[in-house]
Amino acid sequence: MALQSLDIARRSATTTEAPQVRNTTEVAKLIDVSACIGCKACQAACMEWNDIRPEVGNNVGIYDNPQDLDDKTWTLMRFSEVEENGKLEWLIRKDGCMHCADPGCLKACPSPGAIIQYSNGIVDFHQENCIGCGYCVTGCPFNVPRISKADSKAYKCSLCSDRVAVGQAPACAKACPTGAIKFGAKEDMVHYAQSRITDLKERGYQNAGLYDPQGVGGTHVVYVLQHADKPSLYAGLPADPQISPLVSLWKGVAKPLAMVALGATALGSLFHYVMKGPNEVSKELEEEMEKEDAK
Amino acid sequence: MTNHWVDIKNADLILIMGGNAAEAHTCGFKWVQEAKHGRRAKLVVVDPRFTRSAAVADYYAPIRAGTDIAFLAGVINYLLEHDKLQHEYVKAYTNAAFLIDPGYGFEDGLFTGYNAEKRSYDKATWRYQMGEDGFAMVDETLQDPNCVFQLMKKHFARYDADTVSSITGTPKDAFLKVCEMIAECAAPDRVMTILYALGWTQHSVGSQNIRTMAMIQLLLGNMGMAGGGINALRGHANVQGVTDMCPFTANLPGYLSAPTERDVDVQTYVSSRTPKAIRPNQMNFPQNFPKWWVSLMKAWYGDAATADNGWAYDWLPKPDGAYDVLAMFERMHQGRMNGFFCQGFNPLASVAHKGKVSAALSKLKYLVVIDPLATDTSEFWKNHGEFNDVDPRQIQTEVFRLPAELFAEHDGTFTNSGRVIQWHWKAADGPGETRGDLEIIAQLYTRLKAMYAKDGGALPDPVLNLTWPYRQPTKPSSDEVLREINGRALRDLTDANGNVLVKAGDQLAGFAQLRDDGSTACGNWIYSGCYSQAGNLTQRRDNADPSGLGQTLNWGFAWPANRRIIYNRASCDPSGKPWDAKRTLLRWTGTAWAGNDIPDMRPNAAPEENVGPFIMTQEGVARLFAPGMAEGPFPEHYEPFETPLGKNPMHPDKPQVTSNPAARVYKGDMELFGKADEFPYVATTYRLVEHFHFWSKYSKINAILQPEHFVEISEELAAEKGIRKGDMVKVRSNRGYLKAVAVVTKRIPVLTVDGRKVHTVGIPLHYGFKGETKPGFITNTLTPFVGDANSQTPEYKAFLVNIEKA
Repeated sequence: MALQSLDIARRSATTTEAPQVRNTTEVAKLIDVSACIGCKACQAACMEWNDIRPEVGNNVGIYDNPQDLDDKTWTLMRFSEVEENGKLEWLIRKDGCMHCADPGCLKACPSPGAIIQYSNGIVDFHQENCIGCGYCVTGCPFNVPRISKADSKAYKCSLCSDRVAVGQAPACAKACPTGAIKFGAKEDMVHYAQSRITDLKERGYQNAGLYDPQGVGGTHVVYVLQHADKPSLYAGLPADPQISPLVSLWKGVAKPLAMVALGATALGSLFHYVMKGPNEVSKELEEEMEKEDAK
Repeated sequence: MTNHWVDIKNADLILIMGGNAAEAHTCGFKWVQEAKHGRRAKLVVVDPRFTRSAAVADYYAPIRAGTDIAFLAGVINYLLEHDKLQHEYVKAYTNAAFLIDPGYGFEDGLFTGYNAEKRSYDKATWRYQMGEDGFAMVDETLQDPNCVFQLMKKHFARYDADTVSSITGTPKDAFLKVCEMIAECAAPDRVMTILYALGWTQHSVGSQNIRTMAMIQLLLGNMGMAGGGINALRGHANVQGVTDMCPFTANLPGYLSAPTERDVDVQTYVSSRTPKAIRPNQMNFPQNFPKWWVSLMKAWYGDAATADNGWAYDWLPKPDGAYDVLAMFERMHQGRMNGFFCQGFNPLASVAHKGKVSAALSKLKYLVVIDPLATDTSEFWKNHGEFNDVDPRQIQTEVFRLPAELFAEHDGTFTNSGRVIQWHWKAADGPGETRGDLEIIAQLYTRLKAMYAKDGGALPDPVLNLTWPYRQPTKPSSDEVLREINGRALRDLTDANGNVLVKAGDQLAGFAQLRDDGSTACGNWIYSGCYSQAGNLTQRRDNADPSGLGQTLNWGFAWPANRRIIYNRASCDPSGKPWDAKRTLLRWTGTAWAGNDIPDMRPNAAPEENVGPFIMTQEGVARLFAPGMAEGPFPEHYEPFETPLGKNPMHPDKPQVTSNPAARVYKGDMELFGKADEFPYVATTYRLVEHFHFWSKYSKINAILQPEHFVEISEELAAEKGIRKGDMVKVRSNRGYLKAVAVVTKRIPVLTVDGRKVHTVGIPLHYGFKGETKPGFITNTLTPFVGDANSQTPEYKAFLVNIEKA
């Protein structure tokens, strides 16, 4: 998404100063997993608002449909059957971009302005600037971005930045019939989450808590989990997500060389694109990136 | 619902049983979350599957499909044994104290008066002892062995926790845990609501499932309370409205009992439907039947309905037997029905035993399908390979498809589960040649009328004399029809002193103004008041809620009389004080009933008059003993017609009562019931949240979200059968087979029933050979052609199958 009335705080592969005049509030989407019934209304709303329609797939023996995120599936319910304390639980987690405060995708992105972070915290992909290198995929600790086979560009949830820019909640939050998805100022969402956590503890979920992982500086999509001590129960939600050391190295120690590396990477990407066509990030490309980083 | 959607937020305990509100009533389910989050309410789910409702429940208990009565009877026994009753309520507001005919009895699974040949009861002994004053006799001490309370105690004492657990497969500790949670709601300030749906109705004992729960709610004093009641969650957005208007031949609009062949004349008909009070001072509201019925006839036949011609009684059809859905297809199958109009209905997919339905449709001369979609039914004659393997050359039925508009393509009303009638405005034009249902029917009528006028016929009068006052006769507006349903004065209505109450031609303010002298017309008495002189009240959208209880009295119009919670007089003690001040719906002010709802009581009926809150009964109280039921005045556990046990564990040596002895079974269908040796697994069918019946399979997004037919089995059964998740499996019943993808899950419990292991096969029903989803089989290929003894709703929820890797 591009061209909207939100201040841009950070822009991939760009060093110009961010605007500082306006006061913006950090936003967050709160997903109360304990209140989610897995109705997939959020998936339907996402498809409708964003005009994306993945293929009608098959049932492969599970409720997750489509089975994975893709360029046309920006959010997805992931269903996990677990037994905790001798009791069956059906944990249903809405998966999608977490909108990290410290976004690995943006840090890894070599293409100026392909990934931006608004001052309200939303991390957005601007596909017109995307070169399809797939570094954002490597950079993401949540395995979210997907490179489209149709146009070799990266896609993911935009947190409906176009709606938020005009004072609307994201489509998924608006569609959620049970109030499991709420949207607002992050401060308010964290505050509301506390009341949900208190309620869950009263109902016997001693380890209920908020998932707002600090390894990525906190996120602008946060979860209320019944078992915050075991995020992996929820279809492999990482316990302590960190940006890949490759990306940190690339942006940190190697910073003086960043611009040089950037040029080389862009060339490398172009070379890769010309030779291999659009593709997901490959082992080869990762090695290439490592090589660049080592310079 | 006796209560309404928003009211769910007032509950302390929410029981979901015989339904799956989170998946099938997702939007309404928000009020369950509201109760949980807002007032720390607890949610309990009892279901054969660990559903998405169970996923957010505080407690889940598994149960074998088709054994709900045993479970609930066990709850009743628990409440009685542990004295967890709201005593004052039970005594004052139920028939617990009423004395029953000493001839009444129950033995070996049968009540007195059974006729095995007719599979029905002579109910002569299922009645109250009547005093010389013409009133039913009572024993206020509840000690008389023939009083309802004592008979009830005796009847349910057999349902101890071990017996219940053995029949239902619910582990004993889980059953007792649910009992404890329910029992807490005997306190006047703790209220339970029950949310159920087709998981209770679609059994051969469906009506008794619901009745058993109603008894529990009465024993706990939860009927009439905010946050309580018996709440049927209706499936379609307007299925409540459909029921209210009565497309069923046994009823006229507003649940007025329709005439039958036995009602030889108008006097017989009206007098047999106009009851007398059988306790002093009772309202006995159905005594107003003549006012409702005469006004209906005036709405239909106008000036042609007169006192002299018995309000045109002779023009009403007198059916020669049942015409419920199973009966209709049975007639069709026998070649006794040769034309069929199918409006908003996809029977090939939605009626039990698809093979029989298909054979029946093949015997028709013509089939008219009025629908927005090209339904499976409209192509029943077409070969769709294995999914619909028919030979079109052998089928002579002529099929007409009349494309209809969807609800959003015309103005009209929806009546939701909470009886709230809400106007909806047209949002878009229908595509292509679609027409509204009103126009389609009007076009048909005006043509038929012209043919009768020209050619005559055996009985032209009912057609020629029908009132048809619409500005465009071939295109009535929804506004005109709703005005007609509400009713109006045909001449000035005056009081005893000659003062004009309602001017001729004015819309009526409510059913209290209806008369039986032909001076009022009303298309449906329970809707009267929805479109008064104040305008179309169904268009109101004021969500102001001064009560804080969700009683938004100026939002739409709730029938009856804009009352939001029916039986609300029972929310107060006999002296007129609310049982729970925090849930005040009404109170006696000293001169009148007033509060946060329309009183379900004569407004000036002082508490001392002892007018009972259940104004629709002759007794004024609710019936714990209910002689109106086909299979007995008390509920009894009977097995589904296809039982994995082959016997009724309550009466193991009495094959006659294995299954509901009063359920109707057609010749040929009994033989088609499968036996456990060949079909060892219990099957149950259900809806998924991603789909809506057989509509949404035509929608791309819904198809993406749940693309292909599947069945669910436990990990244990899968291992036994060598089935892995994602495998194609074949599921067979004695009526046919289907193939679908296996979902192997921990959410299908393996139960121990009567000392043996019972497996369940879960089968969603949304798929078919038409639409955007992957072409599939129709689930109702498998289901049995037998229904509930009272409503004839087919037993979709419990039957037998076998399963193997395809």
